Amino acid sequence: MAFALTLVALVVVLALSWRYLGAYLVAVYEGRVRWLAFLERPIYRLAGVDPEAEQSWQRYSLSLLVFSGVSILLTYALLRLQRFLPLDPQHLGAVTPALAWNTAVSFVTNTNWQNYAGETTMSYFSQMVALAVQNFVSPAVGMVVAIALIRGLARRSARTIGNFWVDLVRSVLYVLLPISVVFAVLFVSQGAVQTLAGPAHVHDALNGVTQVIARGPVASQEVIKQLGTNGGGFFGANGAHPFENPTGLTNFLSIVLILCIPVALTYTFGKMVGSVRQGVAVLAVMTILFGAWLAVGVVGQKEPNPAVAAAGLPAQPQGNTEGIETRFGVDSSVLYGIASTQTSTGSADSAYDSWNPLGGLALMAGMAQGDVTPGGVGSGLYTILPSAILAVFIGGLMVGRTPEYLGKKIQAREVKLAALAVLAMPLAVLVLTGIAVSIHAGTAPTLNKGPQGFGEIFYAFLSQGNNNGSAFGGLASNTAFYNVTGGLDMLVGRFAVIVPVLALAGTLAAKSAVPASLGTFRTDTPLFVGLVIGVIVIVGGLTFFPALSLGPIVEQLSHGRLFG
Amino acid sequence: MSEQVDETSAATTGPGPGAGSAAGENPLAGEHAAGRGARGVAQSRSLFDPEILRSAIAGSFAKLDPRVQVRNPVMFVVLVGSVVTLVEAIAHPSIFTWGITIWLFLTVVFANFAEAMAEGRGKAQADTLRRMRTETAARRLGAAGGEEVVPAAALAKGDLVVCEAGDVIPSDGEIVEGVASVDESAITGESAPVIRESGGDRSAVTGGTKVLSDRIVVRITAEPGKTFMDRMIALVEGANRQKTPNEIALNILLAALTVIFIPVVVVLQPFGSYAHGQVSVVTLVGLLVCLIPTTIGALLSAIGIAGMDRLVQRNVLAMSGRAVEAAGDVSTLLLDKTGTITLGNRMASAFLPVGGHSEEEVAAAAQLASLADETPEGRSIVVLAKERFAIRERELGGAHTFVPFSAQTRMSGLDLDGHQIRKGAAEAVRRWVREQGGSIPAELEGIVERIAKAGSTPLVVADSGEVLGVVELKDVVKQGIKERFEQLRAIGIRTVMITGDNPLTAAAIAAEAGVDDYLAEATPEAKMELIKAEQSGGKLVAMTGDGTNDAPALAQADVGVAMNTGTSAAKEAGNMVDLDSNPTKLIDVVEIGKQLLITRGALTTFSIANDIAKYFAIIPALFAATYPQLEALNVMRLHSPASAVLSAVIFNALIIVALIPLALRGVRFRPSSAQSILRRNVWIYGVGGVLLPFIGIKVIDLILTATHLY
Repeated sequence: MAFALTLVALVVVLALSWRYLGAYLVAVYEGRVRWLAFLERPIYRLAGVDPEAEQSWQRYSLSLLVFSGVSILLTYALLRLQRFLPLDPQHLGAVTPALAWNTAVSFVTNTNWQNYAGETTMSYFSQMVALAVQNFVSPAVGMVVAIALIRGLARRSARTIGNFWVDLVRSVLYVLLPISVVFAVLFVSQGAVQTLAGPAHVHDALNGVTQVIARGPVASQEVIKQLGTNGGGFFGANGAHPFENPTGLTNFLSIVLILCIPVALTYTFGKMVGSVRQGVAVLAVMTILFGAWLAVGVVGQKEPNPAVAAAGLPAQPQGNTEGIETRFGVDSSVLYGIASTQTSTGSADSAYDSWNPLGGLALMAGMAQGDVTPGGVGSGLYTILPSAILAVFIGGLMVGRTPEYLGKKIQAREVKLAALAVLAMPLAVLVLTGIAVSIHAGTAPTLNKGPQGFGEIFYAFLSQGNNNGSAFGGLASNTAFYNVTGGLDMLVGRFAVIVPVLALAGTLAAKSAVPASLGTFRTDTPLFVGLVIGVIVIVGGLTFFPALSLGPIVEQLSHGRLFG
Repeated sequence: MSEQVDETSAATTGPGPGAGSAAGENPLAGEHAAGRGARGVAQSRSLFDPEILRSAIAGSFAKLDPRVQVRNPVMFVVLVGSVVTLVEAIAHPSIFTWGITIWLFLTVVFANFAEAMAEGRGKAQADTLRRMRTETAARRLGAAGGEEVVPAAALAKGDLVVCEAGDVIPSDGEIVEGVASVDESAITGESAPVIRESGGDRSAVTGGTKVLSDRIVVRITAEPGKTFMDRMIALVEGANRQKTPNEIALNILLAALTVIFIPVVVVLQPFGSYAHGQVSVVTLVGLLVCLIPTTIGALLSAIGIAGMDRLVQRNVLAMSGRAVEAAGDVSTLLLDKTGTITLGNRMASAFLPVGGHSEEEVAAAAQLASLADETPEGRSIVVLAKERFAIRERELGGAHTFVPFSAQTRMSGLDLDGHQIRKGAAEAVRRWVREQGGSIPAELEGIVERIAKAGSTPLVVADSGEVLGVVELKDVVKQGIKERFEQLRAIGIRTVMITGDNPLTAAAIAAEAGVDDYLAEATPEAKMELIKAEQSGGKLVAMTGDGTNDAPALAQADVGVAMNTGTSAAKEAGNMVDLDSNPTKLIDVVEIGKQLLITRGALTTFSIANDIAKYFAIIPALFAATYPQLEALNVMRLHSPASAVLSAVIFNALIIVALIPLALRGVRFRPSSAQSILRRNVWIYGVGGVLLPFIGIKVIDLILTATHLY
């Protein structure tokens, strides 16, 4: 019952955010929001950017790649030079090269895969300057790509798709920063810690020991971690740690923060292309798939833990509570986990490795579908639209016309770019998993063998390839092999999607629009929603079904049943 | 005169009014096309003519050449896969390895067979045309005026040749002198002769056609080897077939799906090893072939060739596949009123008496005045009089003189027993009556005006200075055309009627025919403007034309169908030629274009949807030894891992053969909105595509089991 109320509250809050945050985003990217102009203008002057000058897709991509490349180098340098930098009360040494590489790529690509525990690896300076800054700009990069693609669809015979620098600055300044400030205060009020005073030393007189309790500027990072679908926690325990996620309210707000921008962007999309219905169709695809996997996750986790049952321990009326924070319970943890894995956030308030196999399957499913339901901030929309374009292409042929999406003809070039954007991630994930399971460096660090061990490896690459960053656990992945291959995985999952998407934006913007008629294949109907779902499920299913069969599916079957 | 030629040919060859509506009911059924094919270039051949079958079977092995296969990435992967399994089969011979090898090989052969079948009919037609194109001798006129006999192949552009009755015209050209009746059956299949004369829009003659009467001098307009007949042979044969834009886009998608499935399958080897299992290479190749979109990959080019062929069956030659695809995209049709929307001739529809005369009196006088009038209008008056009042053609007793129509008097009629009966344009007859001393009844003015406003033509009938009444000549809209336009509207196509009539007349006919818009008092320039205006809004425009002054508009339109009777300039400018010269066929062309795309989309959907069942067949089989639990995924309860894999591979190969008729005939196209077409096709090819292989694979598995091979 409580869970039902949680869901209702979530739907209401997200509906409001869809309508109003979505409209606000339109205003932001159309340049109508100016209340921080006194901050915005000096930034452009300082950076030597002409905010009026628009860019072709090539220049836009180049700007984005240069910005991301410099970000990786800078983050890498800061982590390597940690011991020479201030705000390091614990005197943590330099981060090792492989880990620094993995972490730099991870935070720049909005993945936040963490091969380390924050409290014992990163100084406050690294957390605040190297990582938190990326927590703001990496989602902004995702948002600008989505906006550029929307502009490509909305514009007619245009040569430009916007200005990367302006879009980036406006995303951070008008969207991410203000929301983060407000919610950080709320999180502090709930008990999330915020201090630069270093760890607390508590003398336990009874046992005669001194406990060291890690602290830090947590609340300020916590909100952007969720809002930007970053997911990288201050502590290794992530959202299960009471200093990060102190109460049921912050747990709920975390879920809201994770979902609000990806959901709102569908309104922004509809509004900017001139038909909110188009945005509703995309949102419907996201919602249906999200709901389906949430249901599978809940069903899976409501089953008793087979290992506990086999040990002859008492019945488990609440389902599988192993690895679940008792503060949140099974249902809310599943909701959090599904929200986090279907948005490329990757934060966690429970231990995924302990979930029942069916629950684990639900976690992997969102990523196998490309993290588009609703997906990461910006990345969800810009990754689902190529799938929609493929659906338009196949469906459009079936009505006997050169397929069109929002009046733009989908021809050879668009199909090529959309296919690249859709298939880059599965390719990287499968090849890297194949390598990892074949060599000792890949198989040694797993906690388990057999299907569970396979699942741990596969999950690692699936998560990084989708820039999700959630960890299944069980894999001691801070090794040279996993740091390096994981970094590659994240780069492919990010930029091998973004560049084709921006090219798509460019070629679509250059096209004129075909006026709609009765002969036009409509893309705002339930039928189209069904087709897009079909494309996402079939592409995700066909590419990952064998891998999923060898991981969670076979494990679940070993328990004698698949569903229920 | 020219209109009469059109009428005869339309009545006998094209879907005239009657055929048009019949085609509307079942526009694209195979029998229909085949039935019509008997008359055109298309010789009477069914889809599965034994001769074509024989040559297609030979062709499907000839196409195994890797240089041919590499052009189709999907089938190339299958061919490579069958070589891999062949090596395995030789190394580890078993019924399973050889079974898979043979069926993979057959998959490639079946794909080749589909393509060869599609090409077969075109090739057979081209051969027939070649045989007809006998080496003709030409009588070339020398500069001095003398004649010399040279082979047709030696004719250069600009040469003058003489053709007399019985001669075959040696090359394409334009008549510069004379008039002749020409038998064009070699091209159109229509045996009724047509008239060709120098000057105007009927001066073009085609090499290979035969002069039946008179003598003409023709100036050759085609380079040797580039005559219309040569182009036609090349087109029918599909010699220079190029992939169309949508076909290229679809090929990219298929290639992408093929490329992604290679790693999907290859990594199963390490995945299997990790689980301490052995995964057989043969099974993996089988899985790969089942997953890549072989069904559509095998049939794609056959669909394209068959689409072009369907046009040929309707006596339309498309200069490129691109034009056929564009036809499917058309959103505006420009249709000439005469010959397309109306029958081309005005027909008497009513007798309207004035001044107290009876309707029958008007009819009788009008009939008398029209007895010698051989124009369709005149005949229609006689016919109407007979229908309405049973006034038969009569023996004219006594002295009578026919008064023919002249441009000066603008009247015709006859003088009989002292009566002077005349019919003619209102103004002319009025003047004549006054000259005769008669008076004009007051109500005449009103009746004449009303008829003109309704888009008809009034003919006033008078007898010796007394006005009897008015004959209404109506522009008769073709039967069934209104329904055709409704269907077009349902699929989102706008129709615009082009006419030289004044706006009033045009509006009346437009309303009756049910077109969406009209362009009255149309000039070639106005037509051009209209096309450009539509195109600037992103719409694709199709039109027909035959005159030289249509050429710029034909070139500008996205689909320009030139009439075969038209000038060579028009034929050069358009991207299709209608051998029957029947403008109504533009609608068929649009439907064929749509059907082509629908067939591709439907089979792509089907092909991808099939993969789901194949996974359920092969994945449990693949890891049966390692993870027997996966047997739960064997929802089809297939007999054994080997039979499961083999059944999936066999299904995958047989489905290609099973779908060849569909690929060649095309998916049925019913004119309706995109939404309902999509819904129907998603159900049949999407949902059906998911379910059918579950049944098919199970049945094949049962057969394999029953034969005790496993």
